[in-house]
Amino acid sequence: MSNPQQLRYSKEHEWLSGAEDGASTVGITEHAANALGDVVFVQLPEVGDSVSAGETCGELESTKSVSDLYSPVSGEVTEVNEDVVNDPSLVNSAPFEGGWLFKVRITDEPADLLSADEYTAFTAG
Amino acid sequence: MSSTELRRTALDATHRALGATMTDFAGWDMPLRYGSERDEHLAVRSRAGLFDLSHMGEITVTGPRAAELLDFALVGNIGSVKPGRARYTMICREDGGILDDLIVYRLGETEYMVVANASNAQVVLDALTERAAGFDAEVRDDRDAYALLAVQGPESPAIVKSLTDADLDGLKYYAGLPGTVAGVPALIARTGYTGEDGFELFVKPEDAVELWRALTEAGEGAGLVPCGLSCRDTLRLEAGMPLYGHELTTALTPFDAGLGRVVKFEKEGDFVGRAALTEAASRAEQNPPRVLVGLVAEGRRVPRAGYRVVAGTEVIGEVTSGAPSPTLGKPIAMAYVDPAHAAPGTAGVGVDIRGSHEPYEVVALPFYKRQK
Repeated sequence: MSNPQQLRYSKEHEWLSGAEDGASTVGITEHAANALGDVVFVQLPEVGDSVSAGETCGELESTKSVSDLYSPVSGEVTEVNEDVVNDPSLVNSAPFEGGWLFKVRITDEPADLLSADEYTAFTAG
Repeated sequence: MSSTELRRTALDATHRALGATMTDFAGWDMPLRYGSERDEHLAVRSRAGLFDLSHMGEITVTGPRAAELLDFALVGNIGSVKPGRARYTMICREDGGILDDLIVYRLGETEYMVVANASNAQVVLDALTERAAGFDAEVRDDRDAYALLAVQGPESPAIVKSLTDADLDGLKYYAGLPGTVAGVPALIARTGYTGEDGFELFVKPEDAVELWRALTEAGEGAGLVPCGLSCRDTLRLEAGMPLYGHELTTALTPFDAGLGRVVKFEKEGDFVGRAALTEAASRAEQNPPRVLVGLVAEGRRVPRAGYRVVAGTEVIGEVTSGAPSPTLGKPIAMAYVDPAHAAPGTAGVGVDIRGSHEPYEVVALPFYKRQK
């Protein structure tokens, strides 16, 4: 699997895009989606919610388990992906595209976000 | 991570070549899924799936008094099983608690194969060995003597038939016969754990790769796919089949689990647990224990083992297994609930899913029954 070069990554396996129209997009990586198995339910933050870097902001339910969703950055949620709420399998089939989770206007971000190459090395180890 | 080395089946390299996600299951490194567990599940329901179940624990019991030993050691009437047939039964402690659920195949007049769950194989082996004292019978650890492959699903008879001369049409459910499949000597059993028709093939470990390859080729046109333990769990849950460690534990007697019918008091002689189980049976009659029921979600959140079943503010039971059901398209669960709330259609039942009470419909088990 290849992790898109233009994205940044957290050690909790979220990806973060650059800012477009003031907001960045958040999703989970293909590595995380594969580890979860078939995702059957997602609970996302709501538009207007404040999220904090490294803190829980939702959950991802798969066949075998439920996992917390962490926000990779602090900020305000500007949009959530209703398509993925209606069809959680998008997280598995297109984790970096149609399976994105929410958009956030960043107020603060941790210094330890990883580049694609660093994240690839992190998940290989 | 466990510090002890995981055991690997004879098919380990095959699973890795297929890209399986592996998991530690009872000390074995087993395939969890090869791709999507949902697709694997639906393949078994509609076509066929191929499983490696080599982690299951085979124990051979032989000798002139093998039947008497098993009648003493287990709660079932094993002496009445005819050669070539199999029986679902349990092994209990002296206090009636369930040590494991088992399938016992009678291979010959004085030869039986006991198949235990992987997680309990040593416990069952130890108990049988101890209980064999004084009987003219031998208990043999055959865990390393067998690999076990299962072909399950509506296409499985056609697939296995294409590789064997054995009389599969004459082979009933819960029966087994020796034969060859793809030239490999096998005990061919019409058993499984999926709610579908299917076969379990006990073979020598050195023949497992060849048999897997032959079954894969024979099943290609019929849509057979390799399947992991993840879909095996959702298949058995839909079929309402208990899983040791979830619906069955040492804390429960067969009567508490709603499976009192496996206890055969009418058989001759004493058996381990008889006194405690007699008491458990009369207790269950006077004061009915919690009942194992099915729950179907109205929403999409999935109940998990250990979650509380509620009615209003009252806790009325506990979930033992839960998963999204690929066949029903909704989350389902098995749960032990108080008898007052156990009737199908009982109103007001919910599951506490991490603090939120989600509504559930109480249904009779199983969730899924195949059309014959």
